[in-house]
Amino acid sequence: MPFAFDNLDTLAKRMLFAVQDYSLFCWEAVSSLFRSPHYWPDVMTQCDLIGVGSLPIVVLTGFFTGGVLALQSAASLAQFGAQAYTGRFVSLSMIRELAPVLTGLMVSGRNASGMASELGSMVVTEQIDAMRALGTDPMKKLVGPRLLSTVVMLFLLTIISDTVGTAGGAAVAVFISHQNGTQYFTSAYQALGYDDIAQGLTKPLFFGFIIATVGCYFGTKTTGGTQGVGRATTQAVVVSSVLIIFCDFILSRALLWLYSGI
Amino acid sequence: MAEPTHAQSHSQSAAIGAETHPVVLFENVCLRFEGPPVLEDVSFQVASGETRILLGPAGVGKSVLLKLANGLLRPDCGRIFLFGEEITSMPEDELLKLRTRTGMVFQEGALFDSLTVRDNVGYQLMERHLPVDEIDQRVHEALRFVELEHTYAMLPASLSGGMRRRVAIARAIIDKPDLLLYDSPTGGLDPVTSTTIDELIIKERDVYQTPSLLVTHRLQDAFTMVSHRYDAAANQMVPLPHGQNNANTSFLVLHQGKLIFDGSTEALVSSKDPFIMEFLA
Repeated sequence: MPFAFDNLDTLAKRMLFAVQDYSLFCWEAVSSLFRSPHYWPDVMTQCDLIGVGSLPIVVLTGFFTGGVLALQSAASLAQFGAQAYTGRFVSLSMIRELAPVLTGLMVSGRNASGMASELGSMVVTEQIDAMRALGTDPMKKLVGPRLLSTVVMLFLLTIISDTVGTAGGAAVAVFISHQNGTQYFTSAYQALGYDDIAQGLTKPLFFGFIIATVGCYFGTKTTGGTQGVGRATTQAVVVSSVLIIFCDFILSRALLWLYSGI
Repeated sequence: MAEPTHAQSHSQSAAIGAETHPVVLFENVCLRFEGPPVLEDVSFQVASGETRILLGPAGVGKSVLLKLANGLLRPDCGRIFLFGEEITSMPEDELLKLRTRTGMVFQEGALFDSLTVRDNVGYQLMERHLPVDEIDQRVHEALRFVELEHTYAMLPASLSGGMRRRVAIARAIIDKPDLLLYDSPTGGLDPVTSTTIDELIIKERDVYQTPSLLVTHRLQDAFTMVSHRYDAAANQMVPLPHGQNNANTSFLVLHQGKLIFDGSTEALVSSKDPFIMEFLA
């Protein structure tokens, strides 16, 4: 038993240390955005890599998720003679919840891993040390641009996912469930309030922050050669995905209270 | 305890003679990660115009010491001075500025693999937003120094190990640093390529006379450094007359985290320390 407690003690200390280390890293990353020099060309490169690069998976995920939602909801709503509400169901689900979370998870899988492996490889080959030796702050040069571009691009990708998801739902509603397209879009549009859009577009700002900071954190803390790079990549994807879902719950609760008083 | 030698007094007198502070000064530095201490009570200095060769077996903490000298790591105790400024607890922003005065050659070159040779060598100049023409001209000069001008547009992945080290040397010297730090520049290279790298380091030492701290575990490279000079007319290194060594090049020996020797070539080869005798055998 004492052995088990010892392990528990060590594990708790390690976790607390990791949380402290990550918090300090986030603080440094955010403060690096407000200190010169600013690497705008690097920000644009990352916007291209993260935003344009993730567009195909975000479009496909959004379209088919909207389609599946329409398929499932149309069948259920038809039992109550409420098939006309399919558009409302799809748009509310997509915009408030599914588009931000799924886009976050997709971008996390693609980019948090990319950041962790890229920065991790730079750490193990001493490129980060070389950068510091040449008088460049890796926080400003590598982490800052990734953070800024992930937050901005995830916001825009979520808007695209909202649009494509609603369109996917419309395609299913019209071509498979044989509903009226105008009815679908009218229902989808009328159901939406500014609070729904605000909810849906607040989340990607937080998710983008999580993806970039977790990816860069595990990348810059990589130890143990190529095996360490692999480990950092896996950890980055797992931690950022779990944090996105956890954060989604907290944000949903907070935003519902803020906008609806629930 | 480091052996008192005339090289130590030489470096001290060189510093006094120049009426300046040492370029690098370690005072009772210690460092520990996990397990036994990596460095214990390490004190030495690098004076202006001096080349110091840090010898020791692999894994003894030589690279760590070099990173401490450049502020890439911080000691647990003791004090480190770089260009007369204490860097032991200097904020990273100030350290970054100070590091632009040093050039560092890493063990495997540490070239940025996504940048071309031109961008790697001219990195520091690009960071300072110098005109493109000036950057190009200085990159060509630096690459000419290491005789790799033809690699200008190549990516590091298409270079051999030895070429990468030479590009790393070009990157380190392009901004005419006040101190050069070499981390096992010949490690893992074949003897012929190692000799080419040694020749470049000797050329740099004799042409620019930049103070430097060189880490290696290869005795052959170390003794080549002290027994050769650069002949500008022949554009190659030539041996010094028999029994003569470069007066500005001296040795440090690290063993089990402690500096056990600090002195000249003559003092090193005549040392009675059992470890040094075995190491040199």
